[in-house]
Amino acid sequence: MSALPVIFMALMGLSLLIYVVLDGYDLGVGMLSATAKEADRDRMVASIGPFWDANETWLVLAVGLLLIAFPKAQGVVLTALYVPVVLMLLGLILRGAAFDFRAKGDPAHKRWWDAAFAGGSALASLAQGWMLGCYVTGFEDGAAAQVFAAGIAVALTACYLLLGAGWLLIKTEGDLQRRAVGWARRAWPAVVAGLLIVSIASPWLSATVRTRWFDMPGLIALAPLPLIALLALAALRGLLNSHRVLGKLSWAPFALMVVVLTLSFFGLSYSLYPFVVIDRITIWDAAAADESLRFLLVGAALTMPVILAYSLFSYRVFRGKVRALAY
Amino acid sequence: MDTLILARLQFALNITFHILFPTITIALGWVVLFMLWRWRRTGESPWLAAYQFWTKVFALSFALGVVSGVTMSFQFGTNWPGFMERAGNIAGPLLGYEVLTAFFLEAGFLGIMLFGRERVSPRVHVIATATVAFGTTLSAFWILSLNSWMQTPTGYDIRDGVMHAVDWWAIVFNPSFPYRLTHKLLASGLTAAFLLAGVSAWQMLKGSEKAETRRVLRLGLTLGAVLIPLQIIAGDMHGLNTLKHQPAKIAAMEGVWTTERGAPLLLFALPDEHAKENRFAIGVPRLASLILTHDADGEIRGLDAFEGAHPPVKPLFFGFRVMVGVGMLMLVFAWGGWWLFRRSGWQRLPRAWLWGLSFMSFSGWVATVAGWYVTEIGRQPFIVYGVLRTSEVAANNPGTMVAASLAGYATVYLALLIAYIAAIKRMAEKGAPAAPTATRPLAAPVISRSFT
Repeated sequence: MSALPVIFMALMGLSLLIYVVLDGYDLGVGMLSATAKEADRDRMVASIGPFWDANETWLVLAVGLLLIAFPKAQGVVLTALYVPVVLMLLGLILRGAAFDFRAKGDPAHKRWWDAAFAGGSALASLAQGWMLGCYVTGFEDGAAAQVFAAGIAVALTACYLLLGAGWLLIKTEGDLQRRAVGWARRAWPAVVAGLLIVSIASPWLSATVRTRWFDMPGLIALAPLPLIALLALAALRGLLNSHRVLGKLSWAPFALMVVVLTLSFFGLSYSLYPFVVIDRITIWDAAAADESLRFLLVGAALTMPVILAYSLFSYRVFRGKVRALAY
Repeated sequence: MDTLILARLQFALNITFHILFPTITIALGWVVLFMLWRWRRTGESPWLAAYQFWTKVFALSFALGVVSGVTMSFQFGTNWPGFMERAGNIAGPLLGYEVLTAFFLEAGFLGIMLFGRERVSPRVHVIATATVAFGTTLSAFWILSLNSWMQTPTGYDIRDGVMHAVDWWAIVFNPSFPYRLTHKLLASGLTAAFLLAGVSAWQMLKGSEKAETRRVLRLGLTLGAVLIPLQIIAGDMHGLNTLKHQPAKIAAMEGVWTTERGAPLLLFALPDEHAKENRFAIGVPRLASLILTHDADGEIRGLDAFEGAHPPVKPLFFGFRVMVGVGMLMLVFAWGGWWLFRRSGWQRLPRAWLWGLSFMSFSGWVATVAGWYVTEIGRQPFIVYGVLRTSEVAANNPGTMVAASLAGYATVYLALLIAYIAAIKRMAEKGAPAAPTATRPLAAPVISRSFT
């Protein structure tokens, strides 16, 4: 069996993880802007201004890799997710457009664009969670699967809110930063509940996942994964009570959240591998021809390090507390 | 309406909306780079003001291009899953290279270009702006390579109904690619040129003229005047290439129902698909043969030679005439405007001409969309010309779902299009900013050293 499909699955997963972290925080900031004061809202938008576009590109890469590397699965996946995909796209279109229009359009319409910005962010987040929920159950129809998908929609949205609050802790100061602590505190229980629900419901809904996680001695080897995630979440909550989260440790909640998401991601990958569609299509069934994957792999190997390098450069250029955007 | 039609309409709506914005940004990226470079070289603040204004237009266009582009990539899978299943071995890597080499590049440096002017050195800022312009053009390279390959497929073989790549060089540089890329890049240049000239003319009419307005008008007119003849030549060569590879498309564009020698160039007609004839035809005898075969008696194969495999005639026939007609108007307005403006010492234009140019602000869009329809509808009934039919690759989605999402996209796109034009109008009419930042960059000596 060729290793190429495995490599491309890994690349696709990596793109998705990077996407969830990066666009996750800016979608979170977008949703939080709904409850912020007018002046704060401008600063919140400014904090994601230089980045949101590049962040969203990781989604294009992830879906691109699905189309490219697994042509025989993409039709099943995307047609089954037709409704949430359309809703997510409408959400992303609205918020992306609102980002520019709120500053360049008629000031009298600004509050409408603000509503589109926050509403679009929420719509995209919920739709993405819904998609993830459907995907994990293998697009099952029953009521249990629907409830599960709805639960993940809320859980992923809560994760984004927490990421967004964490981002604001890093990028802002003063009153807005203190408000971000409050937002993070409120999102935290939903994140914990959501992750617990996923951890309990996925093995319950799928026999494949069940045997994979609860067979001895695998269970012992895997135990650190959820344990570290729980510890990270506990540490995050503890930090939110400390004044240092406003100063020296302002980066820590965001970083801990990245740890939690990375661990969840590996847990999920372990549950699903080697399927593109669980119990139905393996990555080898779905993969494109070797010569095509090889041709693309050359490009990916050459460009992905460069992409990561200039992305880091961009974050370095805009490091520090946010300033008003003007150009 | 059946689902296939709805899915087609949805895709058509999406590419129509999407293409409007790259058509502006591909060339406008280089134009703003030019303005920035002029400012760095001369230290004249109007160039900075021009850069700042047009960067805003660029950013707005870019954002709308991105959000509608993301939508397109998903629609391949939601509505046309068979395309990637059958042609994905070839289309996939081309799309992949676009994302990896171009899309990330544009998005990665856009932040620095827009917001980083005071955070990075002038040199890095110029490099970031140039990188965005380059990335946008590179994006066009890959997308047009794929699109051209779908029109003139080469370098593949078919095993078990699935296309496999044999020769990547032949795939990327397929026979129609150089013509299509040139035609598209020139179209983008013309779209930007008429937007520059049209908005400046509007500012002069509305009394919101600023120090930079005349320079931008001159820049737009010059660009338009230089590019339009080039585009006419490129378009003619592209037409010859299409005749060679897609004769059915040409037959539909020219309304040639039966194979004939010395075919007339129809200026106007109402093609009738049922009767297979043109009504109310007004034409110049033998001119179509002369243009297409460079021989007044040259033979043009008619639609009868492609029974059941030729595109619908009306959209191609009219689309082509709209595109050429707008091109002719561009020729008149760019050359006439340039001449009049120059004669006045680059000072003023007659009001009628200003009105005309304002009216032409978005003429590039009209020509581009018309040409795009000729290209894309002209490929029908195939998605990969001569190999794979569009109807074979469509998804089997419930009609109501496709209809509902079509309505959703249509509403949002229409609202955004109105908002876009209104925002540009508003920005154009807004008074000059209090004082353009610094007439000369702060560290003038250093900058002039690094830029001369």
